[in-house]
Amino acid sequence: MDTLLQVLLDGMLNGMLYALVAVGLCLIWGVMDVINFAHGEYVMISMYITYWLGFLAHVDPLVSMFAGGLFIFILAALTYRLIIKYTIGKPPLSALLATFGLAMLLKNLCLNRFTPNYRILSDTWLGDRTFQLGAIIVPVPQLVTALLALAVIGLVFFMIRSTRFGWAVQATAMDKEAAELMGINTERIYLLIFGIGGATVGIAGGVMPTYLAVHPEVGTMFGLIAFICVAMGGFGSIPGALVAALLVGFVEALAGYYIAPVFKYVAVFGLYLTLVLLRPRGIFGW
Amino acid sequence: MNKTFRRTDLLWLAFTGLIALAPLVPAIGSNSFLMHVLILVMLYACMSQAWNIIGGYGGQTSFGHAVFFGIGAYGAGMAVVTYGLPPWPGALAGIVSAAVVAVLISYPCFKLSGHYFAIATFAIVEIFNRMFLVWDWVGGALGLDYMIVEEGFANLVWYDSKTGYFYCALTLFALIFGIVRFLEGHRFGYYLRAVRAGQETAESLGVNSTAVKLSAMALSAALAALCGAFFVQYNLRVDPAMVMSLDMSMKFVLVTILGGAGTLAGPLVGAAVLVPLQEFTRAKWGGLGGGVDLIIFGLLIILIVVKQPAGITGIVRDIAKRRGRKAAAEKGGASLGTA
Repeated sequence: MDTLLQVLLDGMLNGMLYALVAVGLCLIWGVMDVINFAHGEYVMISMYITYWLGFLAHVDPLVSMFAGGLFIFILAALTYRLIIKYTIGKPPLSALLATFGLAMLLKNLCLNRFTPNYRILSDTWLGDRTFQLGAIIVPVPQLVTALLALAVIGLVFFMIRSTRFGWAVQATAMDKEAAELMGINTERIYLLIFGIGGATVGIAGGVMPTYLAVHPEVGTMFGLIAFICVAMGGFGSIPGALVAALLVGFVEALAGYYIAPVFKYVAVFGLYLTLVLLRPRGIFGW
Repeated sequence: MNKTFRRTDLLWLAFTGLIALAPLVPAIGSNSFLMHVLILVMLYACMSQAWNIIGGYGGQTSFGHAVFFGIGAYGAGMAVVTYGLPPWPGALAGIVSAAVVAVLISYPCFKLSGHYFAIATFAIVEIFNRMFLVWDWVGGALGLDYMIVEEGFANLVWYDSKTGYFYCALTLFALIFGIVRFLEGHRFGYYLRAVRAGQETAESLGVNSTAVKLSAMALSAALAALCGAFFVQYNLRVDPAMVMSLDMSMKFVLVTILGGAGTLAGPLVGAAVLVPLQEFTRAKWGGLGGGVDLIIFGLLIILIVVKQPAGITGIVRDIAKRRGRKAAAEKGGASLGTA
């Protein structure tokens, strides 16, 4: 029983991290119907920023994650301006292929500059701290990440639902031309949505080096899992992505513990295939 | 009209000329690096051409071809390593199973469209990758290493020179490009392009779109498996990361996109750009070339998708068209002048 609880807790904490990575992708996908394949690479770059700031200047990840968020905001805005903008109106998967090219570029640039070595940041504030809750052990860095994820997702959700900017975003997502006729600068909305989507994933990547090793390939799996969460959650639904991410976290942890560690991704991807074939619009899709 | 006919004829002349000259290459060059590059260009062109059937002509962007490629590679590899046979029966088994797997996977996945189809095919590659990693019968994560066997066409293995491999690659190339060339003019090819252009419209005209897409996928997978079998004979080793990875899947797609999807020449053009880039950077910087080739390739992909989604062949066509228009304008101007 205690083992099960421990496994479920780990699954939930991991799921919250996936949700934090997925929320930016969800925003971009929902508003622009674009999959940004470089999403996982944004995570990786932000992790390197935190790592180097921590290693060279002893800045704690909890501080440097804001630097990561800002940097990825700029990077994502540039991605939109230089690439995505020109793929709108082209064949459906153009943006996906172009951003795959970008992902290759970024990944191999980091590989070339930083070598493929795994790098681990030590001496952080949260470090390897844990505490006991009954019989289960709660890791502090993961817990803080989960709380951060809740805060960021809540903020994004609030922004979309209850601010003037968010209404403009919703209008743009529903009907771009009609929104333009109402005086909304959809170009600016797209740019900001891409930037904000990038900033959330930058924060995710910024906090991750407290408990994960940094290397050029680290982002790929996070990117794939984020696609799956968003697709399962339903087109552009933020609560859907959150629920799907938690589901992915639970399935991954349970399959990893009770079957075999290699099967955790088989279970996750299998879950996606069954769900999307049975319910193509996703959990919360309309 | 007349002019376009002449231009395609010219292309074909150049193409057949190239093929006719190719058998002379082993005689001229004992340069095994150059041979290696040529063999890989043909292999990559074949892989992309196989993908091109469903991805280019059929418009179904599959990111799952590494699975079929891997099944073909494992078929040949297991025949040799596990059962001590020549690779031929294994390759055949691999080709058949790849086609069967392709149909089984695609039948439900074709209900999805756009991004959902793309992500589903990614997921399938990851599932197959993990399954093969822990499956002892196929060698698990260690993969299969070839022992030394007798050289020659029976075992499809050569150690001293690459000439034998070159002829095999050339045969493969002629076979796959020949099949696709045949399909282009055949009723099936028209059905396939009709489904790409508009599935509902095609169906309203009596095209069974599911049957067309499934058979195109099966053919594409079978040819990809054939390429896989050649790949493993050339590398003399196979493991899941080598053949069944997302990166391998993306090579099928990106080489075709770079050259021009849905055209006969596209895969060859894409491969002729990517392979030399990859092999020369590796030769220069050693190991994986520090990822320089993939940095450049990534940049090229971005540029192509943003500037000209029809690929390099599209760019060539544009230039030719512009020149043709210019010539026509000059002629028109002259006739106006005389009038």
